[in-house]
Amino acid sequence: MAKTPASDESPEQQWRKAFEATPERDVPFTTLSGTPVEPLYTEADLPQDSAEQIGLPGQYPFTRGVYPSMYRGRLWTMRQFAGFGSAEETNERFHYLLDHGQTGLSTAFDMPSLMGHDSDSPLSLGEVGREGVAVDTVEDMTTLYKGIDLGEVSVSMTINGPAAIMLAYYVVAAERKGVPPQQLAGTIQADILKEYIAQKEWCFPIDPAMRIMGDMIEWCSQQMPRWHPVSISGYHIREAGSTAAQELAFTLKDGLTYVEQAVERGLDVDDFAPRLSFFFNAQIDFFEEIAKYRAARRIWARELKETFGAKNPKSWLMRFHTQTAGVSLTAQQPLNNVVRTAIEALAGVLGGTQSLHTNSYDEALALPTEDAVRLALRTQQIIADETGVASTIDPLGGSYFVEALTDKIEAEAYEYFNKIDELGGMVAAVKANYPQREIADASYELQQEIDSGRRVVVGVNAYTEGDEEQTPLHRSDPAMERGQVDRLNAVRAGRDSAAAESSLVKLREAAAQEGANLMPLLIDCTRTDASEGEIVQALQDVFGKYTESPVF
Amino acid sequence: MTAATSTQKIRVVVAKPGLDGHDRGAKIIARALRDAGMEVIYTGLHQTPEQIVETVVQEDADAIGLSILSGAHMTLVPKIVDLLRAQGIDDVVVTVGGTIPADDIPQLKELGVAAVFTPGAPTQAIIDFLVSAVGDREPR
Repeated sequence: MAKTPASDESPEQQWRKAFEATPERDVPFTTLSGTPVEPLYTEADLPQDSAEQIGLPGQYPFTRGVYPSMYRGRLWTMRQFAGFGSAEETNERFHYLLDHGQTGLSTAFDMPSLMGHDSDSPLSLGEVGREGVAVDTVEDMTTLYKGIDLGEVSVSMTINGPAAIMLAYYVVAAERKGVPPQQLAGTIQADILKEYIAQKEWCFPIDPAMRIMGDMIEWCSQQMPRWHPVSISGYHIREAGSTAAQELAFTLKDGLTYVEQAVERGLDVDDFAPRLSFFFNAQIDFFEEIAKYRAARRIWARELKETFGAKNPKSWLMRFHTQTAGVSLTAQQPLNNVVRTAIEALAGVLGGTQSLHTNSYDEALALPTEDAVRLALRTQQIIADETGVASTIDPLGGSYFVEALTDKIEAEAYEYFNKIDELGGMVAAVKANYPQREIADASYELQQEIDSGRRVVVGVNAYTEGDEEQTPLHRSDPAMERGQVDRLNAVRAGRDSAAAESSLVKLREAAAQEGANLMPLLIDCTRTDASEGEIVQALQDVFGKYTESPVF
Repeated sequence: MTAATSTQKIRVVVAKPGLDGHDRGAKIIARALRDAGMEVIYTGLHQTPEQIVETVVQEDADAIGLSILSGAHMTLVPKIVDLLRAQGIDDVVVTVGGTIPADDIPQLKELGVAAVFTPGAPTQAIIDFLVSAVGDREPR
C-alpha cells in the first residue's frame, strides 16, 4: 500500500495522526466540573468575531479585565478574612494583618451573629465567637474597628440575613468616631438569595428578606457613595458543591435579580449598578476558573448594557473578590493545602480579580493559627512580587484553550438563565429548590468520582502515606462566651430601656407597612443600643421565620 | 445486591445540630446511605439537641450521624448524648462528621461516640462502618 505523501495532509491532520498513534493515559480528561477537555486547541476553536469577544482591557465587553491598566497600575487588594472570639481579639488580628502589609479588612462574624441571635440565646450555646467574631450591639462594632481609620481603610463584612442591621451598627460606630457615612468605603455581602441556595444562614422568609435588601441598596445609593451594598457571591454556591458553570450562572442571575428589583423600585440603574460587586471561588481546576472569571465579566457587561440599558460604563463592570476554595482543602497531609491555595490564588490573579483571600493550610482542621494566616498572605505576596505574572495584563488572553473554555462556560450560563426564566425567575426557582437540587446533584457526582478513585485527591485517595505529623491548631477560649454575654448584659443595663423599646416598636410598625424604607429605623434602633437579637426578633414578629424543606 | 439486602433495614438519622449551615457533607452522606439501601431521615438545618433526639425517638433510628463544621461539637455532642441517655436510649450508634480536631476525638469516643469521620472520609467507609456497628448490637 502506497503511503500518502505527507504534503497532501494539513499540519493539523498530521498532528492528529501522530497524536492518535500514542495511547492516552487512562484518566478522565474533564475539568473538575465534568466538562470534556480536548487534547489540543487551535485557532479553529476561537469564535468568528474573536477580536470583539476578547477585546481589550478596560473596554467592552471586558473579557480581558475591567481596567485599562489592571495590575500594572495597582495590584489586587490582599484582603484576608478574619474574625474569631470577641471584638477585641479580632481587632488585634486586624492590626496584626495591617502591620504585615494587608491592605483592606474583611470581617467574619460568628454563627449567632449571622443568624440574628444574641450571644445569650440558648441557640447560641457553644457557637459564640467560634467561626467568627461575636457582635451583639453597636458597642461590639465600635471595639472591632478600634484604632483603625474608617475614613481610610476599606472594610468588608461577610453577613447576609442581618446585613442591614450590621450596616446600621457600622454607620453608627463610624458616626461616633466622627466619620460620616459618605466617607465609608467597603463592602457588605448582603447577598440573600445565595443564602437560601447555598450558605443557609437566614433570618426571614425570602420575600421580606428581598425587601430589606432592597431598602439597604436604595439607602446606600443615596447616603454611601463609596460603599458596595452587596457582594453577589458565588463562593458559597461553589463550596456547597456546584460546578463552575452553576457558580457563574446562579451568581449572575442573583445579581440580575437584584438589579431588576432596584429598577422596579424606581432607581436608575446607573445610580447603583457601579456599586455592585461580586465574590467568586477559586477552585483547583486552574484554566476552568480563569475562564469562569472572564466569562462572568463579559456576561455582566452585556446584560447591564443591552438588557438594562445602563449608560454609565462603570455600570457594566463586574469587579470581584476571590477566595481560594475551602472545600479543596484536605484534613489529610494539611501542608499540601499550601500548594493548592497557591495555584488557586494564581488562577484568581490571572482571571483579573480585584481582591483576594488565600486560605490557610490548617482550615480543614480548625480556624487558622496566626502563623498559617501569615503564610497564606505571603503566598499572595510571592505571586505579586516574585512570579512576574502581574507585569502584563491578562497574559492568557488569546490562548486557544482559555478562550474556548470561556465561550463554553458562558454558553452554559445562558442555558441556566433560560431554565431559571422558565421557572419564573430566580426567586421562584429558589422557592422551588431548583438551584439547590442542581448543586446537590453535582456535589454528589463529584464525591462519587473521588470515592471511586477516578478523580485523584492527593493525600486522600492516593499517595496517602506519611500523614503522622501533628498540625498546631487554633483553640477557642471557652471563657470567651461568658465574657461576651457579660458585655451584652452590661450594655442592656446601661442603656435607656424605654428608648430602646420605643425604637423597636417603631421598627415593627414600619415593617408592617409596604413601601417604608427600614434603614433609617434600623439606625435609630442602633443608636438606642438595641441588640441584634432584639432587632431581628422585632422584624420576625412581622415577617416570620424561614424553614427549609431540604433536598438531597 | 448484597449491600442492599444487608443494609435495607438500617434506619439512620442524619442531623445538622446548631447554627452551622454547611450541609454539603450531610447531604452527600444522606444520599450515599440511601443509595446503599438504608432508610435515611435528614433533619435539615439548625436543629437543637432536643429536636434531634426527638427525631431519633420518633423514627426509631438505629444510628445517628451528626454533621458539625462550626467548631461547636464539644458543646453539642455531649448534650445530644446526655439527652439520649435521659430517654433511656443506649443502643443507637452515634457517629460525628465534620471539622473535628484530632485532639477532640478521644474525648468524643469516651462520651460514647462510635466513630468520627473527618473531611476526606470516603462515603463507603461510613456505609461499611454503619453496617458493621448496627449489625454488632445486641438484638432489640
